[in-house]
Parts: sequence; structure tokens; C-alpha cells
Amino acid sequence: MPNLNDILIMLPELYLVVAACLLLLLDAFMALKERPWLHWISIAVLLVAIYLVIVGQPAQSVTAFGGMFVRDGVSEILKVFALLTTAIVFVYARPYLIDRKLVTGEFYTLMIFAVIGIMLLVSAGSLITVYLGLELLSLSSYALVALNRDAKLPSEAAIKYFVLGALASGMLLYGMSMVYGASGMGGTPTLDLAQLHHVSSYTTAPKLLLFGLIFMIVGIGFKLGAAPFHMWIPDVYQGAPTPVTTFIASGSKLAAFGMAYRLLDAGMGDLSHQWQLMLAVLAVLSLAIGNLVAIVQTNLKRLLAYSTISHMGYLLLGLSAASPEGYAAAMFYAICYALMSVAAFGVILALARSGFECEEISDLKGLNQKSPWMAFLMLLAMFSLAGVPPLFGFWAKVLVLESAIHANMLWLAIVGVVFAIIGLYYYLHVIKVVYFDKPAEGSVLAAKPDISLRVVLSLNALALLALGLYWGPLLSWCRSAFGL
Amino acid sequence: MNPQLFQLICFYGFGFITVVAALSVITLKNTVHAVLSLVLTFFSMACLWMLADAEFLALALIVVYVGAVMVLFLFVVMMLDIDQEKIREGFVKFLPIGLIVAVAMLVEMLGLIGVKAMHAQVMGPDPAAAAGVSNTAWLGQALYTKYLLPFEVAALILTVGVVAAVALTLRQRVGVRHESANEQVRVNPRDRIRIVKMDAVRPAQPTPVPPQEPSS
Repeated sequence: MPNLNDILIMLPELYLVVAACLLLLLDAFMALKERPWLHWISIAVLLVAIYLVIVGQPAQSVTAFGGMFVRDGVSEILKVFALLTTAIVFVYARPYLIDRKLVTGEFYTLMIFAVIGIMLLVSAGSLITVYLGLELLSLSSYALVALNRDAKLPSEAAIKYFVLGALASGMLLYGMSMVYGASGMGGTPTLDLAQLHHVSSYTTAPKLLLFGLIFMIVGIGFKLGAAPFHMWIPDVYQGAPTPVTTFIASGSKLAAFGMAYRLLDAGMGDLSHQWQLMLAVLAVLSLAIGNLVAIVQTNLKRLLAYSTISHMGYLLLGLSAASPEGYAAAMFYAICYALMSVAAFGVILALARSGFECEEISDLKGLNQKSPWMAFLMLLAMFSLAGVPPLFGFWAKVLVLESAIHANMLWLAIVGVVFAIIGLYYYLHVIKVVYFDKPAEGSVLAAKPDISLRVVLSLNALALLALGLYWGPLLSWCRSAFGL
Repeated sequence: MNPQLFQLICFYGFGFITVVAALSVITLKNTVHAVLSLVLTFFSMACLWMLADAEFLALALIVVYVGAVMVLFLFVVMMLDIDQEKIREGFVKFLPIGLIVAVAMLVEMLGLIGVKAMHAQVMGPDPAAAAGVSNTAWLGQALYTKYLLPFEVAALILTVGVVAAVALTLRQRVGVRHESANEQVRVNPRDRIRIVKMDAVRPAQPTPVPPQEPSS
């Protein structure tokens, strides 16, 4: 039976559920001229949730609801950064949404519901929680992508996302049912990830278990956007309203890492020798496709989409090491990627105006002459994404490569380095356009006068530099979560 | 007749109908027929669940999906003006490739899991029967105790569905003529009819000045 202790462990999630429902009511009953307050209330809601997560941090891993919900160091860190990046997305989104008349309570509520999905996903202790958290996140994301109904591209992107997402969920469920069945052969069937950990030692159907594992990896690959399950990423990134793209590229990726960690390590850790190579193949494919196809992109959002695919390759590099060190490096990478992509999309959001999405690379021509500070922030974001020292992205790359070498996968690390150099080209191309091209006739390219956006965006991009110089505490926080 | 044999025959019978109906959902030309065969799929699936002693789930499937969702779906499909030929385009063209992929996957799956794994497996005792309560009662107890968290999260997902549906469909479009019942009720007679006092005799109107031609 659930008791008060279970509820206290889940306090941040329950608080967010209540807050999201209250926001819905507020949106319905608020006077029209007070609606803008919803924006600040939503940000406050997220900040309070971060506070609740940090304050309630348990000394060691605790579970609630009979092991279905796990609260440990990994989930705490991922939750803090998922909430933080979502709050940043809210700040960046406001001028964009106002320009396009999309400022509705639904945007904020759906985002918060998606964050609740992320929080459930990263602390899932059972297959059923993984699936439900994933669906909560995905359904909210589909709706958010389609939010701008008057344009054509978002609807197309939403349909593609929905159909492929449903297919991936089906694959994941199919794999889970196989794993469940395998756990019932020679023992009691279980959905609990901690119990599934030992299934491979007793099951009479080891091939069935492996079969289920492969389907689950397909689901994980889709959620991460790793090649060859990456088809949805470019279209969704391009079609979705830019704030939603930012969210999918940041919070969602933290969730995908959390899901992969829970399913693969907590659930299928005994089979790590089986899935290590599968992840390595996914990593190499993602690195190749992401970096090579990004070179020919002319649309900045599509370029960032392919860059996501390549970054997921690096993340998989860390995961495929299948050691606490590798997981810590991968989590560090996920956090780093979330902060970098939020900054990159933040610059796009700051420059977009109504009727001008600022999503072509050529739109950025001569940004340095028009708005030097924005150009500098873009430079920081791009250099960090490319992994140029001393920025944050460099250390994240170094760590995953190191973990791959320690896991005796030197070839994988070499592939990673080669593609990092290839990837440098298209990031530098953006910087070249920003700094060395002449502005086009009549281009405005002025940053939004929104103070909160400018301040947070500057802090965000400068944090990439600061964390690049002083990354020790964050890394040791990540490592401590895995008992290192 | 041996009851176990009868059950086995029923299982394969319903299983066969389910697969055939599911296949016809995606192969039938007429959309309405496809929806109807989806109903048949659900129905035979419910029968399969009935065989597995999951009476409540079977009934819920029929009442909720067949009774409510599919009927609604049927209405929507009937109302939509779908160009059948256009949807079918490419179906025949890609059929061979699809068939090859499907057969290859089936063979691979059977090869991997092995036909050996298909022999009867004795699963654990039915927890409902062990507890001495009906299937429905056991399900209800499990949902509100052991599976409380997933159950509530499922409710949350439904809430998201409602919010998303409203956010995506309720929008004010300009240039669409529609009645606003609210305004109709609140209307004030004074706004609609203006009583004007006029002189009985029309005053002499000033002759309108012809507009000046703009000098070029």
C-alpha cells in the first residue's frame, strides 16, 4: 500500500502536477490583460520544483510505490537540469510566442506536463513507469510541435513525429513484453527493473530476452535520435516552433539518456556484453550520418538537427562503455549538450521577428556588424558544440572518448575524434558567415529588446565558457551519482 | 470433448480471425470496410482475452473501443471526403518490397527465438483465482494499491490528451462566420433598433459637390 513516505519521495513531481493543473485553471479564469503573468508564474513554478528536488535529495537511493519510482543521484541531477533548461526555454520563448500570437496557457501547461514526463522517465524503477513517462513526454511534445496551426510546416512535422513516435513506442512495448515473458520463464514474471537485472541468470529463454532487448534498444535509439532511427529529427527540428525545438533538443535529450540508463544498466545490466556493441554501432552510424549530412545543410535548424544526431553518437560512446565511468561521462555529455543547444537556439530565438524565423544560415550574414554581442554568443555556442577548447563541449567530448578507451574500444574513440574534426567544418562555416560575410540588403538582425532574454542568454552562453574553464564540480557531481 | 482441446481450438480460431481481420484493415480498399474489420479485430481479440480469463479487460475492450471509439471513428471516416485512389497509390508498387521485408523479419524472428520456444509454457497460477476473488475485483484492487502510480500517470496522460486536443482545435480564425450565442443572449434592443425622429418634410438637401478631379 502506498503511504505518506512514498508521497514525500515523489514530492517534486506531485507538486508539478498540481501546479500544472492550477496553471490551466488560472489560464481559463484570468482576465485577458493579466495573462502575461502566466509566463512568470510558470518560470517560478519550475524554479520552485528545482528547489524541491535539491532540498529533498536523499542520502542514498530510495524507492517509492513498491520500487516503481526510484530517487537517486542520477535522477536528481537529470531532473535539476531538465527543469533548468525548460525554465530557460520559457524565458527565450516569450518574444517569439508573442510575435506569433502563440502565448497561451496551453504552451506552458503542456511544457510542464512534458517535464513531469521527463522526471518520471529518469526515475523509473519499472518498465511500466518507463513507458508511461515516455508517453507523457511524447504526447505533450507532439502537441507542442503542432501548436502553430496556421503554418503548414509544423503540422507536417507533428504528423511525422507522431507516426514515427508511435511506431517507436510500439517497438519498445513489444520488446518490453518479450522481456517480461522471458522473466516469467523459469521464475515469476516481473516488470521491476531491479529484478529484471538478474533475469538472464535464470531464464529458460535467453534468446527471447535478447530479442526483447534489441527492440528496446530500437525504442531508445529513436528517442535519442541516433542513426538509423534519426529520420524524424531534421523535419521536426525545422518544422516545430523554435522554442519547442529548443525543448526537444535539450530537456528531451536528458530524458532519453535517463531512459537509456534505466533500461540498459538498471534493467539489462547483466547483458551489457550484448548491448555494448549494438550501442557502438549506433554511435558510429550517428557520428557519420550526423556530421557528414550536416555539411550540406543550408537551414540552421536542420544543421543543428544533424548536429544533435552526431552529439547523440558521442553520448552513446559513453553509454557503450557500460561502466560507471562511462555513464558519468555520458551524463556529463547530455547536460553539456542540453546547455549548448539551448544557447544556440536561444540566439536564433533572440534574432527572430514576426515573419522572419532567422533559420537559414544565410540569414546570419554580417551578424557581427549588426549586433556584435549576439555574434559573440553564437560564436561561443558554435565553438562549444564543435568541441573547441577551452569551452564546455571540449571537456565533455574528452571524457566520453576517455571512457571509450578505458572500455577497450580504442577504435570507437578514434572514429569519434575523426568525426569531431569533420564536424568542425560546418560549425566554423556558421561562424564564418556571422563574422566575415557582408550583411544582406535590408537585413535588420537586431536582438530582441526583451531584457530577461538578453540577460539569460548571455549568462547561458558565458556559462559554456565558465564551465569549460571550471568543470570540476559538475563532473564530480555526475561521478558521485554513479558512486565514483 | 476434452475442454483443453476445445480451448486450444478456440484460441487458434480466434487468433486466425484476429490476424486476418488486422491484415484486411490495411489492405481493404474502402475505408469504412477497413474500420469495420478493425472492429472485428478488437472483437476477436476480446474473445482471446476471455479465453485467458481476463473477463474485465475483454468487456472493457468491447464496451469502450468497439462500442464508443470505433463508432465515433466510423462517423468521422464517413464524413471525411477521402480520395480512395490517392491513398492506394504506391500500395501495389511497394507491396513486393514490403512482403519481402515482412517475410524476412518473420523468418529471422522465428529463427532467433526458435520454434522450440513455442511449446506450452506453464505460467504461474492466476493471482485472482489464488486470492479467491473475481477477475474484476482483483484488477480493481491491484490498480488502486500496487499499480496506483502508473494508474494515476495514465490519468495524467489523458489530461494531456484533452489539453492538447483543445489547444489544437479551439482557435479563432478570422473570416469565419459563426454564431456567438453569448452575444445573442446579451444583446440589448437599443443596439439593434434605433428610433429616429424625423421631420415630416424632408429638408432641402444641399446639392452634392462633385469631387474635384485630381490635376495631373
